[in-house]
Amino acid sequence: MAPAITLAAETELSAANTGFMLICSALVMLMTPALAFFYGGMVRVKSTLNMLMMSFISLGIVTVLWVLYGFSLAFGTDSAGLIGWNSDWVGLSGIGLTELWDGYTIPVFVFLVFQLMFAVLTPALISGALADRVKFTAWALFVALWATVVYFPVAHWVWGAGGWAFELGVIDFAGGTAVHINAGAAALGVILVIGRRIGFKKDPMRPHSLPLVMLGAGLLWFGWFGFNAGSWLGNDDGVGALMFVNTQVATGAAMLAWLAYEKIRHGAFTTLGAASGAVAGLVAITPAGGAVSPLGAIAVGVVAGLLCAMAVGLKYRFGYDDSLDVIGVHLVGGIAGSLLVGFFATGKGQSDVAGLFYGGGLDQFWKQCAGVFAVLAYSLVVSAVLAFLLDKTIGMRVSEDDEVAGIDQAEHAETAYDFSGAGGGAARTAAAPAPVAVPAENRKVDA
Amino acid sequence: MKLITAVVKPHRLDEIKEALQAFGVHGLTVTEASGYGRQRGHTEVYRGAEYTVDLVPKVRIEVLVEDDDADQLIDVVVKAARTGKIGDGKVWAVPVETAVRVRTGERGPDAL
Repeated sequence: MAPAITLAAETELSAANTGFMLICSALVMLMTPALAFFYGGMVRVKSTLNMLMMSFISLGIVTVLWVLYGFSLAFGTDSAGLIGWNSDWVGLSGIGLTELWDGYTIPVFVFLVFQLMFAVLTPALISGALADRVKFTAWALFVALWATVVYFPVAHWVWGAGGWAFELGVIDFAGGTAVHINAGAAALGVILVIGRRIGFKKDPMRPHSLPLVMLGAGLLWFGWFGFNAGSWLGNDDGVGALMFVNTQVATGAAMLAWLAYEKIRHGAFTTLGAASGAVAGLVAITPAGGAVSPLGAIAVGVVAGLLCAMAVGLKYRFGYDDSLDVIGVHLVGGIAGSLLVGFFATGKGQSDVAGLFYGGGLDQFWKQCAGVFAVLAYSLVVSAVLAFLLDKTIGMRVSEDDEVAGIDQAEHAETAYDFSGAGGGAARTAAAPAPVAVPAENRKVDA
Repeated sequence: MKLITAVVKPHRLDEIKEALQAFGVHGLTVTEASGYGRQRGHTEVYRGAEYTVDLVPKVRIEVLVEDDDADQLIDVVVKAARTGKIGDGKVWAVPVETAVRVRTGERGPDAL
């Protein structure tokens, strides 16, 4: 995120930047349903809809909270570096249509809707770790509480004027710490409380639709251009364009690295590996893309692709059930990208701070470590506490019977696919003629 | 009469059908089937997690023939089904007491 300094020369509304940022906001919005499909294809048939809904509901809950108080908590006037507040922004009531955001050339409304899409996506990311087993009500409450006590404050730390990480000089261009490490650590915190799926490590739990996974990954990649290139809040000096290029480069490199690792380790170039590698690259370049060169982006992508490919196997070794590898991809990828800024920052992009390989020493690396581990620890602990409280009150998990039979039917009264011949979904024969009602008096009864 | 049953690779079905027609067989029944023999299916990998898929897709072909034709017909099926690779399938014959053509009520060899 760009530094929130006032640029005296640029205080007029720019139609170009405003239009650019509205498009970027729409692109970031697309990431949430894209994530839903990315996750939805990876679960078994019986929990497809629940997986889609866990992401989709965030578009409702967080959007409303953002208007009521979220924007104010994240970007309002700072208190002690920890939280913001601005009573004029409650309900977005005191914001003028042409009022500009903090010295930038875009209206406050544009900035807040762009940031809203980040706030929506982040809790949705957590849901991948909880597939198949969480009550929908408990999840919805968790999203509301987590956004309030974890996401809004952490966004303030990292991006808000006066936030402690922002003031320290932690570089997080578009959300490596505030979004990915935050969500990955939360996923770990919650699954430590709720436990494994029934049948974890015993039953086959292979993805039910890799084409959906590829569709989701492709749309995520597309939406991510808004996520990353938009985070400079304008298009005047080329940094946003550098970010766009780096996003593409790192993602391609990470996909290749994951596939190469897989081919050597497991003997095949898998579709899921290509999709996962791409997402790992997107995650890793998110904090770094404004600070590194395109060659640096290749390095970031390769490191993230390899590390994440290795990390997803850890759940089997340690026995925690991170269903869809939120920790392996988002936490590990986010940490990799955030820390690599300390090595690969060129000093010519987003800020003039150089990393170790560009003569800047280890100074920036330690700052990155502070940001990474503070967000990780805070999110992990608070998320575990929230999950624990919800579990002790309304209960986090569905019943064993419902989990085995399928959470879609139990929680949503729907199923994703109709495989029955009679229903017509998978029938190969011509539709059976509709039964004709015969009045009772006309029926022949065999004696 | 004999019932010849062949459980074979799905992609050989067309060749087998043609060979049977050339031999003079008038009718047959085809069912989608799944199973395994010595090859025991295959392995799939998802993010490093390996799944063994035991049951592989097959087709089951059934033909009724007169006793004298049975051996020759088995040879025809085997020749058409063979790829030489593992998983080519099996063919067997069992005696049939009687057969009836439903439309006409003809019995025995006349019903074939």
